[in-house]
Amino acid sequence: MLLSAIEKSYTLLTTLDKNLYEIVFITLKITVFSIIIASCFSIPLAIAIDLMSSKSRRILIAILNSLLAIPTVVIGLTVYMFISRSGPLGQYNLLFTPMAIIIGQIILAIPIITTIILAGFTKTDRLLHETLITLGANKFDLMKALFRENKPLILSAILAGFGRVIAEVGISMMLGGNIRGYTRTITTAIAFETGKGEFAMGISLGIILILIAVLINFTVYLTFKNEYILRDA
Amino acid sequence: MRVNWDVSKVLITLLLVILVSSLNNHILAAERLKLGTTTSTENSGLLNVLLPPFEKKTGIKIDVISVGTGKALKLGENGDVDVVLVHNRKAEDDFVAKGLGVNRKDVMYNDFIILGPKNDPAGIKKTKNISDAFRKIYNRKASFISRGDDSGTYKKELEIWQKDNLKPQGSWYKEAGQSMEMVIFMADNLRAYTLADRGTYIALKNKTNLAICYQKDVLLNNPYGIIAVNPSKQKSVNYSDAMIFINWITSKEGQKVIKNYKISGQQLFYPVTTH
Repeated sequence: MLLSAIEKSYTLLTTLDKNLYEIVFITLKITVFSIIIASCFSIPLAIAIDLMSSKSRRILIAILNSLLAIPTVVIGLTVYMFISRSGPLGQYNLLFTPMAIIIGQIILAIPIITTIILAGFTKTDRLLHETLITLGANKFDLMKALFRENKPLILSAILAGFGRVIAEVGISMMLGGNIRGYTRTITTAIAFETGKGEFAMGISLGIILILIAVLINFTVYLTFKNEYILRDA
Repeated sequence: MRVNWDVSKVLITLLLVILVSSLNNHILAAERLKLGTTTSTENSGLLNVLLPPFEKKTGIKIDVISVGTGKALKLGENGDVDVVLVHNRKAEDDFVAKGLGVNRKDVMYNDFIILGPKNDPAGIKKTKNISDAFRKIYNRKASFISRGDDSGTYKKELEIWQKDNLKPQGSWYKEAGQSMEMVIFMADNLRAYTLADRGTYIALKNKTNLAICYQKDVLLNNPYGIIAVNPSKQKSVNYSDAMIFINWITSKEGQKVIKNYKISGQQLFYPVTTH
């Protein structure tokens, strides 16, 4: 059974099976969308927190770290109650659409991206702040400078968030409903196909998921191989 | 600080291309018909052949959310789906009686069967009726996997236990809370009995060692009905498309697709009307 499943999965991958690649494409669309929106919140948030007094910064970091521990099914459940047609946001017809998954994934990704950026910031030169302030910079100049100096760090935080979000299953299953050709993502499809005893499709999707993870990590590596952040880590 | 930006620029451009191409009606589309149904209709492959001709003819895109009967009706009650295709007559009638759904129609039927290990450890193959079969399993404490959810199959199982006032409990009786397929695979791996619908069993036949241990009792009939969610209860439901679908699935054309759907020569569902 195992061998024949692997054999069949090889055929699916090499013959560019339409169903398989449709699922991959949908997953990428949803995940990229989520991560871009999440980044729009996370980057300014991280920079703003970093410029706060050390007490409030520590409190906010503690809060963000706790948010990292929230299981995806809890995010799924919470968003579900809000966007169900009998919930407070019911009029927008969001449940069981790609947009529902995106909302959940944004909530999942924001603490991840923000904390990774913040962790990188604390290592970077505090001297930069002091120098800029001495030179008469205001808060906005400081934020711009922090962003400029930390582009590689920010990009690697975004990619780490992407890796987490593309691999999650709780949110996609609960909020998307695993609708074929619409909200069926790589992870929900694996759960679904395994449930039907169709291991070949599951294996193929698993391989693609791993390939995406490898691609992302090597991109980060190649981009920052001369960067101090990675040497520190 | 020498950073190789070329690689990341390529990657970012790639991602942006994907994003832009995704700003089509995939993510932003709103008008779709949501069908809440049971795992048996989707996982048996029926909907894969039933929906494309409908979508092609009418241009209405159907989103299938396959859960158990109870959950599907709950989704309908909350207005999260527009139409439900389920299999538990009592629950369906309640749904309509409470004013949550309208225009209930019969669609198709098949039957439930008891699956079990090939050697039939509780010896139910020779029993006279389904109650006797269940009582034998109960008395022998033969392993039994129950759906244990709110599905039509589970409701049917409870109906049979309750008819004889049996209260199954103990380590031989396991409530799985999983889809029909998963429960069949669990029963297979744990060498247990389970109640299943024939459609799912035929679809999985080559992947399981379980055999039909009991079948053909009036009580095991498994009719499927379709109901539109009441638009006066849930204002935002897509009632007009729901009615187009209900009329189509019960039409000559829809019924013919159901009738012609076979897996290795075996028919899975029987249409109610034979025009």
